[in-house]
Amino acid sequence: MKEKIIALNRHMNGWFIPSLLLPIWIVLYWNLQPIADFVIDDIVKMTAGTHLAETIRFFIFEVPKVMLLLVLIIFGVGILRSYFTTEKTRAMLEGKSLFTGNILSSLLGILTPFCSCSAIPLFLGFVEAGIPIGVTFSFLIAAPMINEVALVLLAGLFGWKVAVIYVVTGLTIAILSGWIIGKFKMEKYVADWVYSVKTNHENEIEDKITFQERIQKGYESVNEIVGKIWVYIIIGIAIGAGAHGYVPEDFLGSLLGNDNWYGVPLAILIGIPMYSNAAGIIPIVSVLIEKGVSLGTALAFMMSVIALSLPEIIILKKVLKWQLITAFVGIVATGIIIVGFIFNYVM
Amino acid sequence: MDLKNLKPANMEIKVLGTGCAKCKTLEKQVNVAVEELNLKADVIKVEDIVEIMNFGVMTTPALVVDGKVVVKGKVPSVADIKELLTK
Repeated sequence: MKEKIIALNRHMNGWFIPSLLLPIWIVLYWNLQPIADFVIDDIVKMTAGTHLAETIRFFIFEVPKVMLLLVLIIFGVGILRSYFTTEKTRAMLEGKSLFTGNILSSLLGILTPFCSCSAIPLFLGFVEAGIPIGVTFSFLIAAPMINEVALVLLAGLFGWKVAVIYVVTGLTIAILSGWIIGKFKMEKYVADWVYSVKTNHENEIEDKITFQERIQKGYESVNEIVGKIWVYIIIGIAIGAGAHGYVPEDFLGSLLGNDNWYGVPLAILIGIPMYSNAAGIIPIVSVLIEKGVSLGTALAFMMSVIALSLPEIIILKKVLKWQLITAFVGIVATGIIIVGFIFNYVM
Repeated sequence: MDLKNLKPANMEIKVLGTGCAKCKTLEKQVNVAVEELNLKADVIKVEDIVEIMNFGVMTTPALVVDGKVVVKGKVPSVADIKELLTK
């Protein structure tokens, strides 16, 4: 039986199993509330309306919801990313004018598979191809800052509106920060040896992959990412569930709440030296919000943790002089502060 | 006389990476693959960024077999590495 399915799947170019799973996904996703209600009211027979019952109801509704969304979106992003490689991205960015280049570069930063440990070779490869520093920075800012896992978690815990604002403001910061760095002509603050690096283009592998292999990449990314982060997600939702129905304790609220103008800058100052991936930071964000920190401040904190970090600064120090590092951190931090304020005062 | 030509040349496998977790995993997997295949090979870890760039690699870790880049930006399974090494 299993062999038959695998053979059929191959015959259908790898689409068979996904197309079988999708209807199950849809039915499950749209029935999570009744399933949660059934478990709470009919199986465990808890009294509806008590704090404990509502906390558990929230938890057993949210965990599968976020997991389902994660699996679907990471699978899709995995397939989508298989169309983008660093080499293709570099070729697309060559010879682009400053502002257009920044926009394109930020968008490609989201779509190109990127690991912060490759930041240096990527930087050198871009510089060697003659891509302006500002355009390169747009890529390096957007790639870690806008992350599909953070997107799903924000959507699941705080709604799609917050998730969309996160992407739009993150993109804006990446585009404008890169543009400003470009405008200031900071090329001279790149370590001198960088310009003498020659790369060997003959050695590039021509990646021809079949659609079936792209679907395989989708599975692989689900396996890799979800396998790594599910613990953080459950912790994050458990904290969110604990807060559900409670009036927020005004613990950090007085310090980082809406009324204090210094809330956002303070959150960023704390966030910059810290390093965490997007999934690990979400539980902390839900604690902050539970403790009465306003959404803009919490979001600014999250962005500063994932976009700026001490380890990254140390890595970049190898190729950049301190003037450029200071400018990079300063400009991105200012961008995040503005986003935090907009969130707190306009929304 | 060129001494190199006297003994059968070992396969030269280079693992390119600046020291991230994935690079270490790749090095380990390559060693396992080499051992399981019983290959005569020198596994060399390349951490120097300029040398890495000379291979035209922008995403680490990468695997170079006899001067040719065969994998970049990911950690293949031991089985996949074996296949690459026996090709």
